Amino acid sequence: MKEIRITVMILAAVVAVVVLSSALYTVGETQQVVVTQFGKPVGKPITTPGLKLKMPFTQTVHAFEKRFMEWDGDPNQIPTKDKRFIWVDSYARWRITDPLLFFQRLRDERGAQSRLDDILDGETRNTIAKNELIDLVRSTNRPFVVADDVAELSQPEAAERVEHGREKLTKEVLENARRRTGDLGIEILDFRIKQINYVEAVRQEVYARMISERKRIAERYRSEGAGEAARIAGEKERQLRVIESEAYRKAQEIRGKADAAAADIYAAAYNRDPDFYRFLKSMGTLRESIDPETTLILSTDSELLRYLNSAK
Amino acid sequence: MENQFPNVLKFKPPNIPGGLVLRGVLALVVLAVLFSAWFTIEPEEAGLVLRFGKYVRTVPSGLHLKLPSPIETVVKVPVERQLKEEFGFRTEGSSGPRRTYSQEDLSAESLMLTGDLNVAVVEWTAQYRVRDPYKYLFKVRSVQKTFRDMNETVMREVVGDRSVNEVLTVGRQEIAAEVEQRLQTLCDQYENGIKVEQIVLQDVNPPDQVKPSFNEVNQAQQEREKLINQARADYNQIIPRASGQAQQTIEQAEGFATDRVNRARGDAELFVKVHAAYQRAPEVTRRRMYLETMSEIYPKVKRKVILDEKMKGILPLLPMAGAPEVKP
Repeated sequence: MKEIRITVMILAAVVAVVVLSSALYTVGETQQVVVTQFGKPVGKPITTPGLKLKMPFTQTVHAFEKRFMEWDGDPNQIPTKDKRFIWVDSYARWRITDPLLFFQRLRDERGAQSRLDDILDGETRNTIAKNELIDLVRSTNRPFVVADDVAELSQPEAAERVEHGREKLTKEVLENARRRTGDLGIEILDFRIKQINYVEAVRQEVYARMISERKRIAERYRSEGAGEAARIAGEKERQLRVIESEAYRKAQEIRGKADAAAADIYAAAYNRDPDFYRFLKSMGTLRESIDPETTLILSTDSELLRYLNSAK
Repeated sequence: MENQFPNVLKFKPPNIPGGLVLRGVLALVVLAVLFSAWFTIEPEEAGLVLRFGKYVRTVPSGLHLKLPSPIETVVKVPVERQLKEEFGFRTEGSSGPRRTYSQEDLSAESLMLTGDLNVAVVEWTAQYRVRDPYKYLFKVRSVQKTFRDMNETVMREVVGDRSVNEVLTVGRQEIAAEVEQRLQTLCDQYENGIKVEQIVLQDVNPPDQVKPSFNEVNQAQQEREKLINQARADYNQIIPRASGQAQQTIEQAEGFATDRVNRARGDAELFVKVHAAYQRAPEVTRRRMYLETMSEIYPKVKRKVILDEKMKGILPLLPMAGAPEVKP
């Protein structure tokens, strides 16, 4: 009797555990749940976390993600309106707003991702093809900060005005996509372009352009250097001439003044007796100019030899 | 609390006398359950306690109690630790003071278009913390990947509004600041619970292929400075010397002038004095001076020819070939 009681109790316990484990389920913070009975949805989706009850065995729980999820676009090669081929890599954030609708329309996340691929890739392509590259790259018409004289040389594209800008265009994609996902039980929170890059061929072109632009700037630096050096050399030459000629002029002026002063002094003195001056000067000249090699021819009539012949 | 889940908590094992094995098993289960009621949270972590998947409370670091598993579970989030994401490069490890970087090609992350449609390679690090562990865990799936995507997007938005020169030179600080601010705004919008601590721009370069030409610009800049400096040096070498030489010329002229005037004054003074003496006895003085001069010259001359007035015609016979000077 006692053993039967024990057996019954164990049996009852096992049954209770099995039933409970089928009737009880937990909903995590990150989950929302749709309960179906033989495939038919029962009641409202459960979006609050905690321990929940359902009919055991007959009802099935379908859990869905409650958090924002990522959608990562495949990098796509797309031509812009100005016929530039670029790679565009985008991402979006989305979440399931109506699990039931989501369950009915898309079944699971895979379905949702592939539907999002269709919608977002398409909208991205549309928007990009309608706009010029500059509109996708820039967000505003913010003027570039000019660092030095280089910058003004190297802004061939700076004049391009942005009509819409990146932010507005991604919003456009987002809005168009949202319109198409309204009946799928999902909401796209945000859509962004993660990367825009030139396709390889265009990239080479851009590199070539950048290189030639740099070369131009380098050339300018070099010719600026040569020009400045030549200017300084010229300045030096001029300065040299100025200094030298100025010195010459001053020296000549000083000499001239001195000569004039000397002439005046001599004239003032010698004018007292020009005849005596001539005599004196002659004597001086004779004294200085006669040397041993000179042959002196003298007449006996001369003052010196007057008395050579006789003492009269 | 217990009343909330009567089915689970009021489940009592039947009392089986003699069932030693069963008792042992039960004791083990009870022990395990009790052990699962203790948990510790490390200093840099916060613990989020979930009851049947529902968030109930956050506990700080230390030793804590909870209802045993599987009723309550704990998720630990490192809220105090500074986390880091690298873009365009990966640090593989740091042995000593040197870091090693992955050789992997990450140019897709770092290559970006600038506002003048040029290409720049920007590498950066985002440092962040989990500010709100609840949001971090329960609002966004794959937070880390999302955060990376956000980084790339924001960096490209900011760089896309700047010229390549700005990105490479003056704009660095500003870019980092703007990315930081925009990224935080986006984090708040996404409710991922992340606090962006700092954006650090690492290497910002032109693409490899273009690098040499950027270097060439630097080189040309150096060259320009060199040429100008050389010209200046040349100038500085020549001009001061020329100034000195000019000064010298002028000084020399001044010297000459003084010399000339002084000599003139001396000569004049001499003349005046001599003349004054002369005037006192002109005839005698004149003759004396003449004869003095002559007597001075005369002995010096080796060859002397004396002509008598009456003996003209000797002159042609003189040997003049030696071109001696003829003085009157």
